[in-house]
Amino acid sequence: MLSFIANWLRDLLTAWFQAWHVPLVFVDILAWIVGGVAILILVMVVALVFIYLERKISGYIQSRLGPERVGPWGIFQTAMDALKLLQKEDIVPAGADKILHTLGPIAFFVVGLLGYLVIPWEEGGTIARMVDAHVGVLYVLAFGSLSVIGILMGGWGSNNKWSLLGALRGAAQMISYEVPMLLAVVCVVLLAGSLSLSTIVDQQKTLGLLSWNLWRPWLWLPVILYLIAATAEVNRTPFDLPEAESELVAGYHTEYSGMKFAFFFLAEYGNFFLVGLIFSVLFLGGWSSPFGYPDPLRIPGVIWLLGKATVTVFFLMWVRWTLPRLRVDQLMSLCWKVLLPVGFLSLLIAGTAALYV
Amino acid sequence: MTWDPTCVTEELVVNMGPQHPSTHGVLRLILRLDGERVLEVRPDIGFLHSSLEKIAERLDYRQYLPYTDRYDYLCAMANELAYVRAVESLLGVEPTPRCQWIRVMMAEMNRIASHLVYYGALGMDTGATTVFLYCFRERERILQLFEDASGQRLLYHYFRIGGLRNDLPPGFCEGLRSFLDEFPRRVAEYDALLTRNRIFRSRTEGVGYLSPEAALSYGVTGPTLRGSGVSYDLRRAAPYYVYPELEFDVPTRPEGDVMARHLVRQEEMLQSVHLLHQCLDRLPPGEINVKVPRKLKPDPGEIYVRIESPRGELGVYLISDGSEKPYRLHWRAPSFHNLQAYPEMCQGAYVADLVAILGSLDIILGDVDR
Repeated sequence: MLSFIANWLRDLLTAWFQAWHVPLVFVDILAWIVGGVAILILVMVVALVFIYLERKISGYIQSRLGPERVGPWGIFQTAMDALKLLQKEDIVPAGADKILHTLGPIAFFVVGLLGYLVIPWEEGGTIARMVDAHVGVLYVLAFGSLSVIGILMGGWGSNNKWSLLGALRGAAQMISYEVPMLLAVVCVVLLAGSLSLSTIVDQQKTLGLLSWNLWRPWLWLPVILYLIAATAEVNRTPFDLPEAESELVAGYHTEYSGMKFAFFFLAEYGNFFLVGLIFSVLFLGGWSSPFGYPDPLRIPGVIWLLGKATVTVFFLMWVRWTLPRLRVDQLMSLCWKVLLPVGFLSLLIAGTAALYV
Repeated sequence: MTWDPTCVTEELVVNMGPQHPSTHGVLRLILRLDGERVLEVRPDIGFLHSSLEKIAERLDYRQYLPYTDRYDYLCAMANELAYVRAVESLLGVEPTPRCQWIRVMMAEMNRIASHLVYYGALGMDTGATTVFLYCFRERERILQLFEDASGQRLLYHYFRIGGLRNDLPPGFCEGLRSFLDEFPRRVAEYDALLTRNRIFRSRTEGVGYLSPEAALSYGVTGPTLRGSGVSYDLRRAAPYYVYPELEFDVPTRPEGDVMARHLVRQEEMLQSVHLLHQCLDRLPPGEINVKVPRKLKPDPGEIYVRIESPRGELGVYLISDGSEKPYRLHWRAPSFHNLQAYPEMCQGAYVADLVAILGSLDIILGDVDR
């Protein structure tokens, strides 16, 4: 469906531009812009929806109602919150590094968006068809690790000791958990023999549900590893140390208000959903239908992908509202003393499986 | 990259509070940090000082009663109990048996309610937000019962000098009974959700050690003391009202860490349930009030009365000069004394431990600052 729309747009533009004798390179430029805007809108909508869902689900888990006043079942609550944040005064604390303070949320937000570019939304491609997806895995991981820069900028630039502590925690945590996450993903890459996310999905589509990577015993360790490391990457309980409310007030975004805060908040949920998407691509067959290929129900791949990602995200929300938070030394020892050896072990298992299975 | 010997780390001095999500009110902690390590903690108290002791000197004995609720606002019944007992002892008035039983019941219900807040708050402090709402759901049922009895949810003003505001309302005992039947199951639920959680255990076991000697020398009382292995409970050590007739355990734990104090409070909630069952079974009929003069003028003298509040030894020191107003009133506040041991417990802790240790002390700033 998406590629149909994209192709139609491209054909239309090509026809117009040929008629007006405009160089065809502008078609590509325009397509990039359209794709970029589409991703921007998608991330915004996804973030709003998931903030709402998180509040409803946490309400359900905690035996309360969650938002229910604005609109039916409170569905406009997050939109209204975003509007409220738009109107809020933008406060830069005294003595803060203005440039870093402003750049922090922007860097965090933009980097969060970029990961979406290489997601194979449906058969044959990415949303904008503009990024060479042959090294999609590498790309996603690289931009995932860049988001720490936004956190550091915000924490350092705020001139607040709590923010600084939160930023330092964030840096240590996100860089450390990069390693086990990478090892988990490399296991999948080893078996797929490709760094392209589309290829990884292609190999899981033939028998639907049955050919998912999730069911391969030699990938069970990477599944767990990825879920743990990715939770730590997006700073959610039990790894929400950089913004631990009860310890650091609000961590790196303590001094943010208004739209800058909203940027942090939206990007956080954007990153969170990206984790769900990548998990679905790596282990749950991405856009492919769980009922076999081609899809007997004729549901567009993008719907399947969003659905699978939502289930993953729901699982992580469930974890968040159940578990307490680790302490900083325990966080580090979990990463380096447990997850890293397990990562190497799973790499060994996956490598053996790739050779002999 | 080689290690640059001129590169030194700096100590960081941070104000934790008075506006901070987990200092349980307006406590200010001045922290000296080396990265995540805590080098020194200095609590700075007094932000919630409300002159409650001085106010007593310009009000007569009855008028002061509502003020007692406001000082340790999570266990208003215990405060009332201590104050009412002090005034009654000065006057030489003995409350009726039924009144004594009801007062003990209320104090025990308030203990459960107060420990529930503690329980949820410790979960909150360690990052588990859900258990907090579960605890408040159960606390709500107790508050409902209090509201039925006294018309208030938090600051009850239910005890009067010489008796009670009114007898138990109809349906109160049945409501309490059904709560008591359900509550142990809920505690098992919290136990599975929080106490037996591996992350929570690793956050609390061995953290915030307080030796029994240090606890005693700081004047620490209540569950915090019993978590250090000292079996000292005023309901046992200096029984008042009907406690000698009741059967209950004094839970203690030898470890002296956050988890020990946590388990003591968890067990205490169940002991209170046990006590309340006995109270309901044996609640005698009869009058609730004894006659006291309209103008209360105790003979000159002084008295110190102490009870076991949810936080420890709650004492009222009262001097009468024979007039209608107390000459001097002093609260021996358990939170104030327990907080003094806090810097000792925080030696070598991480920033995250500070919060857990403070949560395990279960201080109420209204109680600390008065």
